[in-house]
Amino acid sequence: MAPLPRFIPDDVRIGFMARRHLAMAFSGALVLLSLVLVFTVGLNFGIDFRGGSLIELRMPGPADLAAMRKVLSELDLGQVELQNFGDEREVLIRIERQEGNEEAQRAAVEKVKQALVQAFGEGVEFRRAEYVGPKVSRELFWDGVFAVGLALALVLVYIWFRFEWHFGAGAIIALFHDVITTLGVFVVTGYEFNLSTVAAILTIVGYSLNDTVIIYDRIRENMRRYKTMPLDELIDRSISETLARTTMTSFTTLLALVVLYVVGPSVISGFTFAMIWGVIVGTYSSIYIAAPILIHLGLRREAVAAPAAATGS
Amino acid sequence: MRYLAPWRVALVFGVVLLGLIASLPNLFDRKTLERLPDWVPKRQIVLGLDLQGGSHLLLEVDVDALVRERLENLVADIRSVLRPARIGYRGLGVRGDSVTFTLTDPAQRELALGKIREIDPPLQTVGFTGIQREFDVEIDEKGRAVIRLSDAGYQKLVDSAVTQSLEVVRRRIDELGTREPTIQRQGEARILVQVPGERDPGRIKRLLGRTARLTFHLVDLSVSPEEALAGRLPPDAMVLPAANPERGGPRYWVVKRKVELSGEHLVDAQVTFQNGQPVVSFRFDSTGARIFADITRNHVGELFAIVLDDRVISAPRIREPILGGSGIIEGGFTVETANELAILLRAGALPAPLHVVEERSVGPELGADSVRAGKIASVLALVLVALFMLGYYGLFGFFADLALLANLVLIVGALSLLEATLTLPGIAGIVLTIGMAVDSNVIIFERIREELRRGMPPLSAIDTGFREALRAVIDANLTTLIAGLVLFQFGTGPVKGFAVTLSIGILTTLFTAVTFTRILVWSWYTRTRPATVPL
Repeated sequence: MAPLPRFIPDDVRIGFMARRHLAMAFSGALVLLSLVLVFTVGLNFGIDFRGGSLIELRMPGPADLAAMRKVLSELDLGQVELQNFGDEREVLIRIERQEGNEEAQRAAVEKVKQALVQAFGEGVEFRRAEYVGPKVSRELFWDGVFAVGLALALVLVYIWFRFEWHFGAGAIIALFHDVITTLGVFVVTGYEFNLSTVAAILTIVGYSLNDTVIIYDRIRENMRRYKTMPLDELIDRSISETLARTTMTSFTTLLALVVLYVVGPSVISGFTFAMIWGVIVGTYSSIYIAAPILIHLGLRREAVAAPAAATGS
Repeated sequence: MRYLAPWRVALVFGVVLLGLIASLPNLFDRKTLERLPDWVPKRQIVLGLDLQGGSHLLLEVDVDALVRERLENLVADIRSVLRPARIGYRGLGVRGDSVTFTLTDPAQRELALGKIREIDPPLQTVGFTGIQREFDVEIDEKGRAVIRLSDAGYQKLVDSAVTQSLEVVRRRIDELGTREPTIQRQGEARILVQVPGERDPGRIKRLLGRTARLTFHLVDLSVSPEEALAGRLPPDAMVLPAANPERGGPRYWVVKRKVELSGEHLVDAQVTFQNGQPVVSFRFDSTGARIFADITRNHVGELFAIVLDDRVISAPRIREPILGGSGIIEGGFTVETANELAILLRAGALPAPLHVVEERSVGPELGADSVRAGKIASVLALVLVALFMLGYYGLFGFFADLALLANLVLIVGALSLLEATLTLPGIAGIVLTIGMAVDSNVIIFERIREELRRGMPPLSAIDTGFREALRAVIDANLTTLIAGLVLFQFGTGPVKGFAVTLSIGILTTLFTAVTFTRILVWSWYTRTRPATVPL
């Protein structure tokens, strides 16, 4: 059978580096904006990190959030948030932590359930209930920060063993870019930030590095092959040569993720959303951050000259 | 790759076949499997609570209450050794995390220290550091004493309380008759309880939320509860609330402080009926029966309060001596509350209160919906990715698709052999692997194309492609594997499930890309000897 026409023509040579200043300014602005948003507006932390109770329920018909909000606001339970979830019948309710012991939390959840059944009939189906205490939510938060930090550190160590320090620094800057902009996107979209988001971020760290490593590997190979080529031209060539692979992989991964996002269980849509963003931004940053930053970090040919014989191209 | 040894081919296909056999049990339900002969593999993937529905409760032993109670007991002990030794003191009591008092005569310091040592025997001898005791005792030259739990004492106190709580929790949960609950210690003072299929965690929480300390006290009728609450309380008495005042009867009871008999002597408790009302009948062990007989013989006509967790369930009048060592508790129970009390009494008391610090319950409907949606997503993702590879790479895409199938078989087989728990994020991990697994083949195929375009003959191009791409394939997968392992270390429950499938998926991807695809390409080449490679 005849293969389809190719995404990326074989002899493509795209001048990525010519536009690198524009891309880096854009990325810098994006990172800055994300940081500002995270520290001013703040992330929409789920109960994993904030504590409190959560109820997921399915109404008999399309959920009337306004009416439900009105019923629940009369209960005097402090902050109660409602949001559509999955299809139009499904609603997620978050109740802030109540004063007092766990008995008070249980009572609050019961009150919400009774009020809803009273107002909307017996057809209300309670599908999920969660409660996270203040101590546990604090622990989960710091565990998450620690895990992301540890993953970044391990990955840095790996790159450092594998390449020269310029590459390690470049990869880490690209990873920070990916992680910070993911946080920014979570602020903008208002998606709940919870444990599975942290899982997604860790996966992004691993995944985004794939592309970076493949491109770096090619840059190093080409530095040994084309001894006189200027660095920006050489990076362009390396990215172009690996572009088919980079786009293909991102495409198949995105294909699987979009399927999961559209038809998959709504409970993990936040996770899938984070992953989709991560794959896109990870691919972008490998090309436009990780690679050009090598020029700015002052990468010299001598740095990679030594083990040239080892690869024997 | 000029020559591929048949034993290597056999080995690779053998591994895939093994994966297939290991995944087969998942197609059958447990009952069917158990009827099959022993040699049939029976290990299945276990569905996580988020997929089969159930309750996850993280409980914490109230260490503060535990320490406070230990210190209060210490106060009583100190009083009982200092008084007979005629050592004067004032201000004995618990202050924060220590017991303090002041000696009237600081000269008695050594004597007091000795006496306190009597009630604080060594825990264990540790090397040259000497004797470790439960308490650190300090008395300064002015006679001011401060007694704290030592580190070892604190550790022992918490350890034994958690161990004991685990046992009690296990007995209580077992009484519910739920299937395959998980009950394990987590961290220093926490207990994780996972009950699959339980849709009402309220029932579990009601059972675990009570200390269930049962005590028997004589009722003090010399003052009314109202007078006692107003402050005219006899020194040997205390005021306790009634457990269910809504039945009528007094809201408060004045009872003697002295515990005449406690629940540790119970050997059985059952729900029985008396005049159509559910009651809890209980039986004491021989020691308990003897004490019970003595009390009832000496106090005929008095009221005897049955107290659970400092609330008076009932206070029946002793009509005659009870010598058989058994009795009943009537407290206006429903069948359900009587049954719960019986369970609590049978399972024994917790050494300290347990608090729910985290709870996650998923209804079976949501779990089933998630499984359904997860299946659809997996199959659809597989089909789309496979079609895309086929369309883009043609014959080689077909090879990649076969490798992808083998990969999935291996993932399911590995999960089954490990009896790993498949969670919802775990399904996401599998779908993600479907998307990422073809990456290795893409790297290889692109490399082969490059070599072909450089003018290499087909065989060398294929050979070089596989060899040169290997480094990139390992690189690409290793970084994600690092993230997966960190996640496994840090994650709990569902997130851990994701780490498991992601990591297993990466390992199987490495295997299939390096061996399986290679064998497919090789056997195709040797059979057809094509002049050009359709890439």
